[in-house]
Amino acid sequence: MSSAAQLRMGAATHTMDAPPLIPDPWALPSRGRAGMIALIITDSAFFTIFVAAYVFYIGKSLAPPYPHDVLSYPLFNTGCLLSSSLTIVIASRALHQGSIRKFAAWWFVTLVLGVEFLIGTGREWHRLIYQVGLTLRTNLFGTTYYSLVGLHALHVTIGATAIALIMGLTWSGAVTQQHAERIEVFSWYWHFVDAVWVVVFLTVYVVSTR
Amino acid sequence: MAGSIEERIAFGPGAGTADLVQPLAGRLHEWIITVDYKRLGLMYIAGGLFYFVVAGLQASTIRLQLAVPDAGIVSPQVFNRLLTLHGTAMVFLVGMPILIGFFNYLVPLMIGARDLAFPRLNSFGYWLWFFGALLLYFSYIGGGGLQGMGSAPAVGWFAYAPLTETPFSRGNSTDYWILSIFLTSVGSTATAINLITTAFTMRCPGMTLNKMPVLVWLAVVDAGLMLVALPPLSAAQVMLLLDRYFGAHFFDTQAGGSALLWQHFFWIFGHPEVYVLVIPAFAFASEIIPVFSRKVIFGYEVMVAASCAIGFISLGVWAHHMFAVGMTPAGNAFFVTSTMLVGIPTGIKIFNWLGTMWGGRIRLRVPMLFSIAFLFQFLISGLTGIMLAVAPFDWQLTDTYFVVAHFHYVLIGAIVFMIFAAIYYWFPKATGKMLDERLGQFHFWLFFFGFHLTFDTLHLAGLAGMPRRIYTYQPGRGFEELNLIASIGVILQALGVITLVYNIIRSLVAGRPAGKDPWDAWTLEWLTTSPPPEYNFTQVPTVHSRRPLWDLKHPGDPDWKYE
Repeated sequence: MSSAAQLRMGAATHTMDAPPLIPDPWALPSRGRAGMIALIITDSAFFTIFVAAYVFYIGKSLAPPYPHDVLSYPLFNTGCLLSSSLTIVIASRALHQGSIRKFAAWWFVTLVLGVEFLIGTGREWHRLIYQVGLTLRTNLFGTTYYSLVGLHALHVTIGATAIALIMGLTWSGAVTQQHAERIEVFSWYWHFVDAVWVVVFLTVYVVSTR
Repeated sequence: MAGSIEERIAFGPGAGTADLVQPLAGRLHEWIITVDYKRLGLMYIAGGLFYFVVAGLQASTIRLQLAVPDAGIVSPQVFNRLLTLHGTAMVFLVGMPILIGFFNYLVPLMIGARDLAFPRLNSFGYWLWFFGALLLYFSYIGGGGLQGMGSAPAVGWFAYAPLTETPFSRGNSTDYWILSIFLTSVGSTATAINLITTAFTMRCPGMTLNKMPVLVWLAVVDAGLMLVALPPLSAAQVMLLLDRYFGAHFFDTQAGGSALLWQHFFWIFGHPEVYVLVIPAFAFASEIIPVFSRKVIFGYEVMVAASCAIGFISLGVWAHHMFAVGMTPAGNAFFVTSTMLVGIPTGIKIFNWLGTMWGGRIRLRVPMLFSIAFLFQFLISGLTGIMLAVAPFDWQLTDTYFVVAHFHYVLIGAIVFMIFAAIYYWFPKATGKMLDERLGQFHFWLFFFGFHLTFDTLHLAGLAGMPRRIYTYQPGRGFEELNLIASIGVILQALGVITLVYNIIRSLVAGRPAGKDPWDAWTLEWLTTSPPPEYNFTQVPTVHSRRPLWDLKHPGDPDWKYE
């Protein structure tokens, strides 16, 4: 009988002679995973308020430009960011299996995709500011658009900086198989940033341009 | 039994510095660079108590001004600054750090761990809080800004838009309010991540989730609530900064922005924040009442479930602060109902504490006195809360002293009373010295009568129609006697706090040694020495029930036979 089964039986009877068995080894979730989940929950709450403000002010701008006049679907950018979630998983699994070269290659692809997303956002902002003339001050759309998309871009920037740092450490030979769990925990942050983009894409580029 | 014997090791906190005899600068430096969670916990509590005195003096000035009609002690502007800083400081600079400090100190000890999950993150959070707190009071000097307008913030603790927008709030005082609260909130969030991770990943062998002390469970619920409740305020404050410095229009009514949106964002934070503050009071009561009733806590599982329910429901009640704004009937109905729902799990908890005391051998020591007072005062504050949850009743009494009296009954009658109880209960553990029992009783009765003189009468002033936040009132409106009695109560409360401070200093200098376990208690923190060494336990303990020390003390009749 497994110790877990004994534990369950022990809990069911009220006239035990010996204290309930303690599973050996005593295993609990890893600190990194639990901490990252908590961080993602609290960051989601932060994003929620910015999304709520954006949605609340859809159609309430007193002056043009309006979203449907100036926004187009950033499909290439979105494709880059979403596929970077895939490449980071491939990289992370490669490290779990101990293949540093494969890890380094896919990690680099992830970095390129992340940076490309930031460049794309920069180009969109450049067009909106210099051609359309939309800034944070223009109207409520400008206020909420730049703050929400900017908050997300800030998260991508933080993530890309960390990825670049790990890339450098990998090239200097400091990353080994024993870091696989930390890399995986970090990749959860990257997935989170991706998932937030799906929400931002739907509210900003799809719902508010209707 | 593993871990049953702990030995006094020379370099525990407090002891090590004395043994090494370092110069003062070196010792201070040690406190600044420390990542020891017990030191940081004590630093949180000490910092919180410091601001408790500061913000308490501000409250005393407010009560002095209102003691008689047309007192003329402070100007209206100064009065507004006093009440803004009093409210803000009591929540973010007193309540939060003291409660976080207690959880910091107790959670690892109670789960048989040697540290928090992320010690450096803990130190980071503390220093964010420390400098955030300084910024709030620095506003007295720096708040005027280049335009020389105003000094400390005067926008009230909930800082309603558009009063906080640049045209109405010149100078930098509002910016100091924003930055200070933003920094302390980020620090608290970091601690919340740390507490949750610690409770889920660092428990000693045998301590399954349903064997965790109730205090640790409540720390988890509290930290979870902080994770989702603090970011909305931080986000709204970022928006306000964007408005003030970059010309954004979030709360700018001239450009179509909504002042109401700030109210929603603030109370989405603000209401759960009340529970963030009161859940630790529940946690202390759930540890202290069983020990001083000599009984196991009544209904452990129900207690934990009720706490989770309170945390969950509290996220959906925020607009009961906004009935006077005028919402749709559906909105009113929703927030009336959800607010009243809170009464159910809260009632369960009160009955559980009573059930714990029922038939117990009650010892009326100081921590228990404060806990019993807490039970009754919390009940009354809950009942006035249900009154205010009825929208039409709230329309009559919103922004009156009835509301002020109601939430002070929660914040002082429940939270501060339980903080005092916790200080008397855990002070021996943290310092190795007992607090004096007679002085403690003195403190209790002074504070108890002072509290009731002040806040019972303020309910009546509110029912008589006295609005909150007025800096003075005319004679002949029926407010004079009530306000005078309320202000006299402050003197008794202040004497009580002075007694506590004297008691603490006296005990630190010449207190009776406490020993490991002065209260004959049952949770793991009493297993180790007082004060505990830096690593808590020479040998990591193993537990088989919810009361591991009971099992050790009564090997013939251990708890695990019945759980």
